[in-house]
Amino acid sequence: MALLEVNNLGVSFVTRNGTNRAVDDVSFTVESGQITAIIGESGSGKSVACYSLLGLIPQPPGRIDSGQALFGGRDLLQLPEAELRKVRGRDIAMVFQDPMTCLNPYMTVGKQLVEPLRYHQKTPAAQARRRALELLQEVGIRDPESTIDNYPHQFSGGMRQRVMIAMALINEPQLLIADEPTTALDVTIQAQILQLIAELQRKRDIGVIFISHDLAVVADIADQIVVMQEGKIVESGDRTGIFRHARHPYTQKLLAAIPADSKAGATLSPEPLIQVRHLATWFGQGRKQEPVKAVNDVSFDIRRGEVLGVVGESGSGKSTIGRSLLRLVPVTAGQVLFDDTDVTQLKGRALKDMRRRMQIIFQDPFASLNPRMTVYDTLAEPLLLHGIENRSSVARGVLKLMDDVGLARNFVRKYPHEFSGGQRQRIAIGRALATHPEFVVADEPVSALDVTIQAQILDLMLALGREYGLTMMFISHDLAVVRHIADRILVLYRGEIVEQGTGHELFENPQQTYTRELLQSIPGRSLLQ
Amino acid sequence: MWRFIAYRLLQAIPVILAVITVTFFLVRVAPGGPFDSEKAVVPEVKAALEAQYRLDQPLLTQYAAYLGDLAQGELGPSFKYPGRSVNELIAAGLPVTAELGLYALLVAMIIGGVAGIIASLKPNTAQDYLPMSAAMIGICMPSFLLGPLLVLVFGIYLDWLPVSGWGDIPGDKILPAITLGSTYAAYIARLSRAGMLEVMTQDYIRTARAKGLPEWQVVTRHALRGGLIPVVAFLGPAFAGLLSGSFVVETIFQIPGLGRFYVQAAFNRDYTMILGTTVFLSTLIVLFNLLSDILAAWMNPRLRTQFSEH
Repeated sequence: MALLEVNNLGVSFVTRNGTNRAVDDVSFTVESGQITAIIGESGSGKSVACYSLLGLIPQPPGRIDSGQALFGGRDLLQLPEAELRKVRGRDIAMVFQDPMTCLNPYMTVGKQLVEPLRYHQKTPAAQARRRALELLQEVGIRDPESTIDNYPHQFSGGMRQRVMIAMALINEPQLLIADEPTTALDVTIQAQILQLIAELQRKRDIGVIFISHDLAVVADIADQIVVMQEGKIVESGDRTGIFRHARHPYTQKLLAAIPADSKAGATLSPEPLIQVRHLATWFGQGRKQEPVKAVNDVSFDIRRGEVLGVVGESGSGKSTIGRSLLRLVPVTAGQVLFDDTDVTQLKGRALKDMRRRMQIIFQDPFASLNPRMTVYDTLAEPLLLHGIENRSSVARGVLKLMDDVGLARNFVRKYPHEFSGGQRQRIAIGRALATHPEFVVADEPVSALDVTIQAQILDLMLALGREYGLTMMFISHDLAVVRHIADRILVLYRGEIVEQGTGHELFENPQQTYTRELLQSIPGRSLLQ
Repeated sequence: MWRFIAYRLLQAIPVILAVITVTFFLVRVAPGGPFDSEKAVVPEVKAALEAQYRLDQPLLTQYAAYLGDLAQGELGPSFKYPGRSVNELIAAGLPVTAELGLYALLVAMIIGGVAGIIASLKPNTAQDYLPMSAAMIGICMPSFLLGPLLVLVFGIYLDWLPVSGWGDIPGDKILPAITLGSTYAAYIARLSRAGMLEVMTQDYIRTARAKGLPEWQVVTRHALRGGLIPVVAFLGPAFAGLLSGSFVVETIFQIPGLGRFYVQAAFNRDYTMILGTTVFLSTLIVLFNLLSDILAAWMNPRLRTQFSEH
C-alpha cells in the first residue's frame, strides 16, 4: 500500500474577486522509500496541494473542495484539527524554502529543535537535547555542542537549512515534505543539501515529497516526478520516463529551460570598453577591526559588445565588483577605466553623465522597484532625468521601452505588485535600458525567477543586448546560466579571480579545484552529458 | 553595551540643557511674576522679596546662577511655598505620582496587551473590531471626561468604589489608575495588534504550525516575543508620559502628586518650581526612553549579539 495516496484533490481560494481554483483534481501517490518530486512554476498549486494535506492553508480564504488523502489508513482531509495536529510534525514533517525566515529568530536553535519531540512524545528535556545533538551531528553541523544554543542568525544559510532538516526528522516521520528546500541557496550549498536529503531518505527508508520549480534540481534524486501547471497535473511518471519521453508540451518546455549549451563564440571587437586594474573594495575599516576584503586586487577587461559572466558563491565578491564598477560602493584602491576615463575619480556632473552610460539590473525586481510608482513613472524618470526625452516626447519613449522588453502597452499605469516576477524583471530591464547605456551590470537577474521564466528573461537580455549594442556584466552563482549567456566567464572566490575563460573552456577543462567543485554542483548535470 | 549607554547618556546632556534654557527664558517672557497679585504690595516689600530670590539681578546672571545650583543638584527655593525647596516638594509629590503611574501602566499593559493580542488572532472579524473600536474610543476620550464618568458610574450609582483620595480608603486607587491608564491601554492595544499581525504572517509561524503545536502554543511560544517588541519600546515614553501627564487625574481625584504642583506652579509663576519639575521630568523621559530601548534591543537576539560585541 502506498504511504500517501491523494485522490482527486481540489482546493480553491475564495476572494472578493471570485473563486480561484488553485488545485484541480490532483491525484498522486508517494511510496515509502521513494522521493516523489512535484514540479511546477509559482502559482501552479504544487505547494498549496501539499499544505492543504496538513491543514496548513488558511481557511478561509482557502477551501478544500474535494478529494481524499489516505495516510496510514486514514483520510487526512477528514481528520479534525486536533487529530491532524498529531500527524503534523510527528508522522509528516516539513522543510521550507527559506531557512532565513523559517526559523524563529527569537529562539535558540536547540529550543526549536526539541519542540516537536517535547510536544508529541513528551520526551524529558535532557533526553530531547541529547537527541537534538545527535541529529545535528548527522545533518552535518560541526561541533553541535557549542552551537546548539546559538540563535539562527549565527548560522549560514546552508547550516540553517540543515537545522530545519534536523528539526523535521527529530520525530522520525514517515513522510517528509520539502518545499523548494534549496531554492534560496547557492549552487554549491544546494548540491550538498540535495545530497543530504537523499542520504537521510535512503537511510531511514521514508517517503519524501520534493517540491521544486526546477526539473534539473530533482534530476538526480527523484524516483517519481509529477508535473503541475495551473493547478492540474499535466504529466507524471518515473524519472527516466519523464526525462527521456516527456509527452506534454509543458514538460518539454521545462526540460528545454535547463540551460545546457555554451553560448557560441561571437566575433567581438578586440577593443576593451572597460579596463579594471588592481581593483580593491574593502568594507568596515574600523579602527580596530580587520576590514572585509570583498574584492581584492582584481584586474580584467571587458570588450565592447561582450557579455562577461562573473560566477561565485555568496560572499565571493561578485556583486561588489559590479557595484564598484558603477561607483555604487566606495572603491578602496585601483582603477576602472571606462572608455579611458577613470570612473573611480569622477565627481558631480561627470559622474552623473557616466551613470547614464552604465546601468544595473538587480536580483529582486520587487525590492528594487519603487512600489509607489507606476511602471510609467519608473520608466519616465530616467528618461527625463538624463534629458533623453522631453515632457512632450516622454510618453512615446516609455511605450517604446515597454515594447522592447515585451510588456503590453496597457500595463503602463499599473504598480509593481500587480505584475509577476518575470514581468517585474522586464520592467527593471526597461528601466536600465531607458538611458541607452553602453554598459549594464546584471546582478543575479534571474535567480529569483522560475526556470521557464528564467529562460525567457535570458533570451530577452541576449536579444536586447544585440539590439542596443550593449556590453554586459552578468553576475550569477549558477554556472549553467552564465554559460548560456556569457562570452567569457570569470570565476571568483573570496574576492579574487581564480580562473577565467570561455564557457566551453571552463566546462571541458577546468583548471582549478574550485571551478571543478562549482561544475559538480550544477543540478541535473547528468542530463547535460 | 556600556559604551552604548554611556553614549546615550552623553547625548542626553545637550537635550536637557536645551530644555532648561528654553524653559528658563520662556517663563520669564510670560507676563506677570511670582509676587504680582491683585492686592497692592508695598514696593519696598516687593523689592526685598525680589532681592532675596535674586530676581533683581540681570537675567543672564540669574541663568548662570541657576545652572550652578543645578550642577550641585539644587533646584532652588520655591517662590510660593516659602521655606520649602523645590527638591523637597518634588520628593513629596513624586512617590504618589510614581505609584499612580505604575498602576496606570500596569492597567494599560494588561488591558491593552490582552485586547491587542485577542484582536490580532482573528483580524477583520468581530473579535478584532470590538476591542479595536474600544481602543479608538479610549484614545479619543480625554481623562477629564472619562474620570468623572467612572466616578459617576462606579462611585455614585453603583457605589462600589471611593470617588477621591489616595491611600485613605481601600480601593481609592482603582479609579485613578484606570482613568490614567486607559489612553495608554488603547495605544498599547493598537501597537500589540499591529506587532502580532506582522509576526503571525512570518514563515517561522508556519514552521511552528507544521510541527503540530496547538495554536495557543504557537502564539505564546513563537509569536509573542517578536510581536510585543514595539510595545516594549513604547513603555519608556509611556511611563514618562504618565508621570508628566497625570495632573488632570490628580486634580479630579484630589491626589497630592507631582502633577498638581506642576500645573499650580505654572499659574503661580513659581519660576524655580516650573523649572525644577521640567528638568526633573525631562531627565526621567530621557532615562525611560533609554531603558525601554535597551530592553527592546535585549529581546532581539540579533541586536543583543551586536551589543555584547561592542
